[in-house]
Amino acid sequence: MSMECGVFHTRYESDMGLRPRPAQRIRLVLFALFVLVFPFVASTYWLDLANQVAIATVGAIGLNILVGHTGQISLGQGAFMAIGAYTAGLLTLNFGVPWGASVFCACILTAVAGTFFGLPSLRLKGLYLAIATLAAQEIVEWAMTHWTTVTGGTEAIVVPAPRLFGLRLNTTFNFYWLAVLTAAGTALFAANLFRCRIGRAFEAVRDQDIAASVIGVDVFRTKLLAFATSSFFVGLAGAMIAFYRNIVTWERFTLNTSIVYLAMIIVGGLGSIRGSFLGAALITLLPALITNLGRAIQDTAPQAASLLPYAQQAVFGIVIILFLIFEPRGLSKLWENVKDYFHVWPFAYRRGESRAN
Amino acid sequence: MHQPPLLELSDLTLRFGGVTALSGLGMEVREGELLALIGPNGAGKTSVLNCISGLYRAQEGSITLTGRDGARHPLHRLAPHRIAALGVARTFQNIELFKHMTVLDNLMLGRHVHMKGGVLSGGIHLGRQRRREIEHRRYVEEVIDFMNLEPLRSAVVGSLAYGNQRLVEMARALALDPHILLLDEPTAGMNAEEKESMARFILDVHEERGITVVVIDHDIDVIMDISDRVVVLDFGRRIAQGTPEQVRSHPAVIDAYLGQARGESDPVRAETPKLRQG
Repeated sequence: MSMECGVFHTRYESDMGLRPRPAQRIRLVLFALFVLVFPFVASTYWLDLANQVAIATVGAIGLNILVGHTGQISLGQGAFMAIGAYTAGLLTLNFGVPWGASVFCACILTAVAGTFFGLPSLRLKGLYLAIATLAAQEIVEWAMTHWTTVTGGTEAIVVPAPRLFGLRLNTTFNFYWLAVLTAAGTALFAANLFRCRIGRAFEAVRDQDIAASVIGVDVFRTKLLAFATSSFFVGLAGAMIAFYRNIVTWERFTLNTSIVYLAMIIVGGLGSIRGSFLGAALITLLPALITNLGRAIQDTAPQAASLLPYAQQAVFGIVIILFLIFEPRGLSKLWENVKDYFHVWPFAYRRGESRAN
Repeated sequence: MHQPPLLELSDLTLRFGGVTALSGLGMEVREGELLALIGPNGAGKTSVLNCISGLYRAQEGSITLTGRDGARHPLHRLAPHRIAALGVARTFQNIELFKHMTVLDNLMLGRHVHMKGGVLSGGIHLGRQRRREIEHRRYVEEVIDFMNLEPLRSAVVGSLAYGNQRLVEMARALALDPHILLLDEPTAGMNAEEKESMARFILDVHEERGITVVVIDHDIDVIMDISDRVVVLDFGRRIAQGTPEQVRSHPAVIDAYLGQARGESDPVRAETPKLRQG
């Protein structure tokens, strides 16, 4: 742990940087090293989980832009991921569009759809808006299963494997690099966004929309922009799933998916990019951890082990409730508390600013 | 030479269902003055500010702003964010800050209308976008300096004391580089020292920065001390206007505040701030 009595910026550039403290940069480098080494030591099982975490991170950051940063509750996450996944998959399958181009088209189309379903936010707030986005979820789910000529209905569509210079990208190891780069790019984009004009406007709309309007923020336009930006990344996550799994089925994008993603950003920390990652990781890894725990105690306590699969849903619920009660600001805040404890250790430190990034 | 007033309200009528908040109100704000708007509770003072900043739409009448370029803008037809872009800034009676954000970010939002940049340039954050942020940060730092907010720069606004929140809200309005500043009860809920300091800031804003100020306040002492001109409202109408001295002894004002009482000494002063909260 580095010992600091303070970091004194002499230029606005350094003060406004994403990682203004040396300790933060060291931690970032350490994390990057871990990410680089991980695929060479991890088994396929854990690598697959890492890929899932990376995809979920992209989706969670997308959802967090809308819910955490702009304060517009959305239950349409599953629907928007579906639009991304189906668009990417169908473009490549039916029209032979290169995978990169179809991923991009998927993001754009999801952004457009998100903006459309964001239109009710002109009049609706909070729970009422949530119900309007629930309508989006239901409409898209219905379209997925019933618009058979396009989506193939309840049949899964099989997407050709993405290739780069003849290399198959959707093997666990190869996809890892793609997924990690995408997640890192998404995180960087979002972090930049929330330290400049338009990101501040998003947060202003969340905190006080009337004050935002009299300070010159076009509230409705800003909400629509938030829907578009958010859906872009959610669509990206959907498209990644399509190419990683090779198949697109409607079961992956139900209301349950929306709820799971909401759980990720609540457990991780609303309005925090770090929180989106931590939440995505915890919620994705939790079932795997429980399964592994079950295997570990198979011999010593077979009775308890046989019950564990049923406990999965319950643990999911318990985790959310515990976070809501004990740390509503999520894992991100817990991590900040740890950092603050060691900030000028052994002396006490209370942060004046708690900008969650 | 006749110069049009900076802000002209004419025949403004605002109704909420059966309640008439403003009825045929006419008043003007002149360039460079510090105008006080007073009146008993429910007289329609805040409604006037809300109409000017576009939060309420009056059913009848017009509000015209003479912009910096000399053009006349019909504020009664514009949305709040367009009005802000014309240089109309305000504060609220019940402080409306972005309370999860730092003082710095609150003030940077005051620069919103002067800045450019959308989602894409913001997310990529290279070159021009970065320089713009720094350039506006400089302006904001100057406002922070002006309002003595340096120690609070990186504090989250929700954690600040009430009096400081009022200062931050005013600083955010100043960051807009306003042509006209509307202050809704800037000294409400403050103790005597805080009030003095706030009055000092209002005078500084007016004199040093040359900003036209419209202030609503219930503390008549403050109003009488700092304002150039006073407009008195009652039941959504203008009942008197003039210098503080003229208004203080105006019979209609005495009636409005004390009913039909006659011959009382200094009735306006009898409106003590303690009785007038809320």
